[in-house]
Amino acid sequence: MKLKTFAGGIHPPDNKQWTSHKAIEVCSLPAEFVVPLAQHIGAPSVPCVEVGQQVARGQEIGSAKGFVSVPVHAPTSGEVVAIEDRPHPWGTALPAVIIRPDGEDRWSSALQPADPGTLSPEDMVERVRRAGVVGMGGAAFPAHVKLSPPPEKKINTLIFNGVECEPYLTADHRMMLEEPERILQGVALLQFIFGAERVVIGVEANKPDAIALLTQLCAGAPVEVVPLEVKYPQGAEKQLIAAVAGREVPSGGLPMDIGVAVHNVSTAAAVTDAVIHGRPLIERVCTVTGPAIREPKNLRIRIGTPLSHLVEACGGLLEEPGKIILGGPMMGFTQLGLNVPATRGTSGLLLLRAADVVLQPEGPCIRCARCVQACPMHLLPTTIAAYSRRNLIAVATEYCAMDCIECGSCSYVCPAAIPLVQAIRYGKAAILAKKRSS
Amino acid sequence: MLAAILSLGCIGLFAAVALGIAAKKFAVEVDPRELAILEALPGANCGACGFPGCAGYAKALVAGTIDLNQCPPGGADVVMKLARILGVEASATARQIAVVLCQGDNRKAQLKYHYLGFEDCTAAQRIAGGPKTCPGGCLGLGSCQRACPFDAIEMTAEGLAVISREKCTGCRKCIAVCPRNVIRMTPYASTIHVLCNSHDKGAAVRKYCQVGCIGCQICHKTVPDAYKIENFLAAVVYEHDGEAGEAITKCPTKCIRDFAAGYPDGSCQLPAVADNSHAA
Repeated sequence: MKLKTFAGGIHPPDNKQWTSHKAIEVCSLPAEFVVPLAQHIGAPSVPCVEVGQQVARGQEIGSAKGFVSVPVHAPTSGEVVAIEDRPHPWGTALPAVIIRPDGEDRWSSALQPADPGTLSPEDMVERVRRAGVVGMGGAAFPAHVKLSPPPEKKINTLIFNGVECEPYLTADHRMMLEEPERILQGVALLQFIFGAERVVIGVEANKPDAIALLTQLCAGAPVEVVPLEVKYPQGAEKQLIAAVAGREVPSGGLPMDIGVAVHNVSTAAAVTDAVIHGRPLIERVCTVTGPAIREPKNLRIRIGTPLSHLVEACGGLLEEPGKIILGGPMMGFTQLGLNVPATRGTSGLLLLRAADVVLQPEGPCIRCARCVQACPMHLLPTTIAAYSRRNLIAVATEYCAMDCIECGSCSYVCPAAIPLVQAIRYGKAAILAKKRSS
Repeated sequence: MLAAILSLGCIGLFAAVALGIAAKKFAVEVDPRELAILEALPGANCGACGFPGCAGYAKALVAGTIDLNQCPPGGADVVMKLARILGVEASATARQIAVVLCQGDNRKAQLKYHYLGFEDCTAAQRIAGGPKTCPGGCLGLGSCQRACPFDAIEMTAEGLAVISREKCTGCRKCIAVCPRNVIRMTPYASTIHVLCNSHDKGAAVRKYCQVGCIGCQICHKTVPDAYKIENFLAAVVYEHDGEAGEAITKCPTKCIRDFAAGYPDGSCQLPAVADNSHAA
């Protein structure tokens, strides 16, 4: 049977064999936690603790500011030793709360479990917001915003993203294998919140064990498990919707415009913790992998753990890394060093050797159109990039630059090593700046 | 043959007459002063006056809706010409030119990563705040050079923009494109500048740049009127910079430089400064 998928895309080597068979290990607590106040898309949180104060695990240390914002919580019990600017995965120094653990790892008494049977959808969304749940796929968009669509947008199809199409990463794969109940509880809760008729879990076909397990557990439940073709970016929201629901999100629109909502499987697990146990999002599974690390692992890490501690937990480095990437190699963020902390969006830490990093200088475009074939949004990457670089913002807008999802497929296939995604991102920023100023 | 010549000739004649009538009848009246002004303006269409091009500025001048000193590239010369054409008093302003307040090129200032993207400073700045560790230094990717309508900016081999004192007309196009705000307008008459744009504390600056201002205040103590220190960064007070030269050799990091001797035309290199910092 032909597997479902979208048009376009690429087939990079998936390199998941290093960690896909390894069970999740719990990472030890570091000597010091650096919890950034900005970990999500939207307004950063404002600190609500003071230096010298004792905090408990799960206690709120930064409060949300505005609707598109979430609070942040203490990853363990200990003392707040500083609130200052620290290097952040986004590349600059940003405010963070520094916590020295006391080793007791004592839960805050303020966290209240609840019986989901007694909660209304609104109560559940509020519990999700207070727990600081964000999209765990990497973009870290506050979950409660996606859970509160305007009343006229009825969600009839709810899709759970277990695709994990980024090469190297196996965190979601291990979650589906080891904690399917936690995920499926969250699936049921989210189905209740949305009142969705159709619920689908999409999984790429390179995880047959996860597909088999979820299919078995979902037997009898109103949840379909759909195997999808192995192709990048199958896990991108719009591509997943195209494959599973056969619908296209209109240009400039959101999935809710066509009655669809997409959530990551790990987000579903975090929703379970938040709604049933009242526990905030203070830990996640992160794949630490790559040729420069001694022992690649899937680690259960606390948010705010410095990357250097994750490296130690995996036996250290084999050699000085040539490139440090937070997230996957396609859409992850290259880091300047290991002194930054893991955040809620840290699905992986990839350490490449200097020999693995190809620094090919840019050449001229030979009009081969491989980027056009690869683009999963059916855009003309080379054209948009050229207009963006020449600051012809109006023309770039006409060529639908804003529809680019920055998946990196075009840059990956370009034989001339043209930094297409960088140029398009530059153009998108200029378009947004122009929109704001007018 | 004859028919062809005749018919073509007739068509030509008819078209000529029609065009002649149309030219008379639909002629657009242009103020002759506008044409004269357009002639007098530099014609670079640089936009420094705030109009898309020289023609727009000329129109506004004739309409009397704008001052006649709004063309920095033209300088005092053009202001006098415009005053003559429009028959008004001229108020010439002191010539201003742009200066890159940085000399930390790739040999002297530290890079935090190897940038492999496309040549544009704004694009590089978006990636972790730019490849240079210094938050204010020149990124050296040449966005200002490409924006300059007068070919006044050169990029050194080590990645630093230098602006020609003579070619710069003060149109501010480079200032508009620079993502790090390292280019400033200064009076042409002032040749001494503090070439640093980092507000970090001295200890931090020393770590990433050999020629950055560390905010030690020695220049201010030497010539109190000519220098001010704000947020760990010294700057020349251009209104009172008569004695500013005295501090040049005192500066421990040699970031005060005098542009009088030819820089940056030619070699793009400033002559070495005698080290006198321990003498005083």
